[in-house]
Amino acid sequence: MRSSKDNKGAKARLRLRSVQLLVLALLLVLWHVLTSPTLLPPIYFAEANQAAFFFGEPIKVFARLWQWFASGEIYEHLWVTLVETLLAFLIGTVSGVVFGLWLALSPTASAILDPYIKAINAMPRVILAPIFFVWFGLGIASKVALGVTLVFFIVFFNVYQGVREVSPVVLANARMLGATPRQLLRHVYVPSAMSWVFASLHNSVGLAFVGAVVGEYLGSAKGIGYLIHQAEGFFDMNTVVAGILLLTAFALLLDWAVGLAEKRLMVWQPRTVETERT
Amino acid sequence: MPPALALEHIECTFSSRGDSSERYTAVRDTTLRVGEGEFVSVVGPTGCGKTTLLNVAAGLLQPSAGTVTVFGTRLAGINSRAGYMFQTEALMPWRNAIANVMAGLEFRGMTREEAFARGEEWLKRVGLTGFEKRYPHQLSGGMRKRVALAQMFILNPQILLMDEPFSALDIQTRQLMENELLELWSVDRKSVVFITHDLEEAISLSDRVVVLSAGPASRPIGDYVIDLPRPRDVAEIRLVPRFIEIHAKIWRAMKEEVLKGYAQQQRQ
Repeated sequence: MRSSKDNKGAKARLRLRSVQLLVLALLLVLWHVLTSPTLLPPIYFAEANQAAFFFGEPIKVFARLWQWFASGEIYEHLWVTLVETLLAFLIGTVSGVVFGLWLALSPTASAILDPYIKAINAMPRVILAPIFFVWFGLGIASKVALGVTLVFFIVFFNVYQGVREVSPVVLANARMLGATPRQLLRHVYVPSAMSWVFASLHNSVGLAFVGAVVGEYLGSAKGIGYLIHQAEGFFDMNTVVAGILLLTAFALLLDWAVGLAEKRLMVWQPRTVETERT
Repeated sequence: MPPALALEHIECTFSSRGDSSERYTAVRDTTLRVGEGEFVSVVGPTGCGKTTLLNVAAGLLQPSAGTVTVFGTRLAGINSRAGYMFQTEALMPWRNAIANVMAGLEFRGMTREEAFARGEEWLKRVGLTGFEKRYPHQLSGGMRKRVALAQMFILNPQILLMDEPFSALDIQTRQLMENELLELWSVDRKSVVFITHDLEEAISLSDRVVVLSAGPASRPIGDYVIDLPRPRDVAEIRLVPRFIEIHAKIWRAMKEEVLKGYAQQQRQ
C-alpha cells in the first residue's frame, strides 16, 4: 500500500520534472528560431541580423560559456563576484540578526530610531554605490558594502518582526520555568525568530548578487559584472546573456545551500505533509 | 500557619494604550486563599477574569491594587514556587518532548545529563516513554498536555496554577488527563488553583470550588466545600448522589451569572 503510494508520488514528480524540462527546451528552441538570421524571414526587424543583435543567440551564448570555462579565463572573475556576494551575505545577515534582536528587545531604542530606519529603508540604496566607491575604493570592499546595505535591511526587518511575534504564552511559560532574560533570548527569542530569518535569507541571496554585480558594473576591473559591462560596450549581447545565466546559476546554488541549512536547523517545524516514520 | 497562596483584595484594571479614558476592570476586590495541600477550583462564566487572577498569582501580572502572599511572604516578580499550566499551547515548538520537560531544570543550571535522566523519568510517569525525540507538532493534543504536565511537575513546585488546561481536549482524553492529574497530585498534595468554566470538572477534582461573578469587575460570589471521598475517579464520581446534590446547589448560584455573562458577550 505504502510503496505503491510512494511509487505514485515518484511518478508524479517525474512527470512534473519532464514537463518543466520541456518548457525549457521550448523556450530555447523559440529563442533560437526567432533570433537565427537564416531560419525565418525577419518579421519585425528590417534586417535579418537585428534580432540576434538585440536578444543574442542561444548557441553562441552557450559557446561563450563553454569557452569561458574551457580557457579558464572566467575563474578569476567568478571568484571575485562570489567572494563579494558571500561576504555581503554573511556580514549583512549577522549584523541584521544582531541589530534586529537588539532593537526588538529594547523598546526605547526602537522608538527613537524608528523614523530613521523607515527612511533608510525607503531610500533606493543602490544609489549609495558612488559614495561607497569614494569611501572604499574600486576593489572588493565597495561592492561588499553595497550588498550589505541591501541584505541587512531584509534580515533586520524579519528578525525584528520575528521577535515581536514570539508567542506570549510560550514566553510566559519559559519565565515561569525560571528562565533568566539571557536564557529567554537564547531559548525563546532566537529560535522563534529563526524561521523568519530563513525566509529572509531566501530573499536576500538574490540581493547579495545584485550588490556585487551592480557595484562591479559601475566601476571595477574584475568580476562578472565587469565582464557584462565590457561586453555591453561592444554590443556583444551573447556575452551579456552568458554572464546573466552564470549569475543565475550561482544564485540558485546559494539559495539551495540556504534551503539545506534550513532543513537541518528547522526540523521542529511542521511540514504540510508528514507521515509516520516508524 | 499562613496559607500557601493568598490573594487579598485584588483589583485589576486595564486601560487601552494611548486612551486612558477607556478602562476595563477585570476583577475587583477579590480575595482568595488556598491552604497547603488544598485543591481549589475557580469557576465562572467566560470572560470573568479567571485567567487574570491566575496571572496575578503567578506574578506575570501586577495587580492594580491588593497584595499576593506566598507562604506568608509578599510576592515580588515571578512566583518561583509555582508551576503554571496554560490553556493554550505553551511548549517550545523547537524543543522535542524531552528537551521541553527538562527545560526548567536547565534554566536552573542543572547539568544536561542529570536533567535528561530526570526528564526521562518524568516522561515515563506521564506514559510517554519512547516519544522523547518527538517535536510538539508530532504529538497529539493529549500527549502535548502530558508533556506540559511533566514540564511543570519536574520542578516540584509547591503551588500548581492551572488555567483550563484540558479544555481543548475531547471528553474521553480529558477524563483520562484529569485522573492522571489527581494521581500525580495525590503523591505529595501540592496546593492547586484550577481555573475552569466546567462545573463538573471543578467538583470532581477539588476540595473547594469558588464561583466568580460575571465580568466586568467580577468577584467571588460563592465558596463551596466539596466533601466527596478521595481517591476519586472523575468519570465515576459524577454519578454519586452527593455529587449531583453539590452540583445542583452550586449551579443554582452560578446560573444567573452565566446568563449575565452570555448577555454581555452578545452585546459585544
